[in-house]
Amino acid sequence: MTAQAAHLPRWLRAALDWWPAGLLAILLVFAVLAPWLAPLDPDRQNLLARLKGPGFEARGAVYWLGSDELGRDVLSRVIYGARVSISVAFMSVILSGVVGVTVGMAAGYLRGWAETILMRLVDIFLSIPAILLAIITVAVLGPGFINVILVLALTRWPRYARVAYGQTLAIAGRPYVTLAHAMGASAPRVLALHILPNIIGPLLVVATLEFGLMVLFEAGLSFLGLGVQPPTASWGSMLSTGRNYVGSAWWIATFPGVALFMLVLSANLIGDRLSDRIGKGHG
Amino acid sequence: MLRFLLQRGAQALIAAFGVVTLVFFIQRLTGDPTALMLPETATQADIEAMRATLGLDRPLWAQYVGFLGDMASFDLGRSFVQNASVWEIISSRIPRTLQLAAGALGVALLIGLPLGLLMALTAGRTISRWIMGLVLACQSMPTFWSGIMMILVFGVWLRWLPSSGTGTFAHLVMPSIALGLLSLATYARITRSAVVDELGKDYVRSARARGVGPGRLVRKHLMRNSLIPIISITALEISQLLAGAVIVETVFAWPGLGLLTVQSIAARDFVVVQAVVLLGAFVTIAANLAADILYSIVDPRVRLAGQ
Repeated sequence: MTAQAAHLPRWLRAALDWWPAGLLAILLVFAVLAPWLAPLDPDRQNLLARLKGPGFEARGAVYWLGSDELGRDVLSRVIYGARVSISVAFMSVILSGVVGVTVGMAAGYLRGWAETILMRLVDIFLSIPAILLAIITVAVLGPGFINVILVLALTRWPRYARVAYGQTLAIAGRPYVTLAHAMGASAPRVLALHILPNIIGPLLVVATLEFGLMVLFEAGLSFLGLGVQPPTASWGSMLSTGRNYVGSAWWIATFPGVALFMLVLSANLIGDRLSDRIGKGHG
Repeated sequence: MLRFLLQRGAQALIAAFGVVTLVFFIQRLTGDPTALMLPETATQADIEAMRATLGLDRPLWAQYVGFLGDMASFDLGRSFVQNASVWEIISSRIPRTLQLAAGALGVALLIGLPLGLLMALTAGRTISRWIMGLVLACQSMPTFWSGIMMILVFGVWLRWLPSSGTGTFAHLVMPSIALGLLSLATYARITRSAVVDELGKDYVRSARARGVGPGRLVRKHLMRNSLIPIISITALEISQLLAGAVIVETVFAWPGLGLLTVQSIAARDFVVVQAVVLLGAFVTIAANLAADILYSIVDPRVRLAGQ
């Protein structure tokens, strides 16, 4: 906290502290309201307006952030790209979280053989560098929106499993858990009602940081041509095109990158704040 | 010590076996891997011939045993697209990727460690917050974007550095920085938290009370004791760097394993993709094993804890 900031009213300081959440909210609004906020149709080509710089005007339409190699509006594509990034990241976080937390909690609560097998499986998945695992799986399944979500979930569930496992181990021996078990509660009931609520904090921290990572992974796969397929606007594929025109049309790669950076940065900052508040129980 | 080594070695072998199994089954997710290995123009006869060559007409378990056998004898197979052994194809690319990874690791260590140390020593002050902001920015920067932006500024506008290809040291600068940024952030954060942990300990307080200056405190006391988390993170970073190389090499047209992977996917040369993935996994496992062993040398408590 700087000296000037200390004089600000408390509510303003709190607001400033949570600016990453505000940034994330703005990007979310762009994603949800893309059809109303985008000035032009993101897929409309105009071959007479190819590779024009920011502010270019053609037939009454202004290309605020310039146009790409097919004469499409970069601003509109950046706005629509938020939809792909956010929805892929969100869904893969949910899917990998549910799978990973279930596996991790089961391993930590059941112990014995289930624990050995499940946690070894986690180790095996973690032995393959995530992006390579994602690449080989996408290469097998083929690219596309749903496949990218499935692949990212397949790649990332072990991270949640590790954290959920460690946390469950720590909680499972507590008297109230033993009591619930002794009173005849089934394993799923104990896990869902007595253990999950107590370990959700660290898991949320992991999920937030993973969200940023998933955004990067999705963009990375799209950049390599393995993500959401054209003509759907995605930041990764825009960057890939922009790479080819970096000498002549800098704006194509610059703006989707700025958007990507802001989204990932806000997720990372929120994750950091959460982890400071919740404690260091995450892996 | 021997028991510790054997135990860790066995765990590494189990992990390697698991990885091979996983890769085998991933390829069969769609049922027929020949579709991945032949160009789209292949005829039905080509597909049948390929199935017979690869032994795909055999039952699944027989294929699996055969695959395990090949892997155990380090036989990575043959690329039908390039008509060369996979080992030949990838071995020519390995030095390039190692060069890049070493450059990136150098960038990450040389900048990340001092930044982390500085953050720890100035904890609570404005400068520490600024450095943390910088580190978070590095962490959130997609490598392909930072790479392209560097090409734009230093390659296209200023013309200081070549924007793609290999050959001279100058070619290595931008790809190393692009690939190293994420690891830089990781090192800075790990160093910071390791040093902050150490700073709170009694021996540091008494050293300070004895009048030991900050320079000597860092050199003689903090560095060695903060080393453990840094070693373990290096093992993880090596595999991160290999994975990150896929994207950075594509951005800078750097002819290493990463670019090879991307080209092989486009050329439907799946045996090569599979070999690179397996190689990446084996390197990760080996790096983790090496980190465990190094650990036990730096801190004997690690070795003794399991006994």
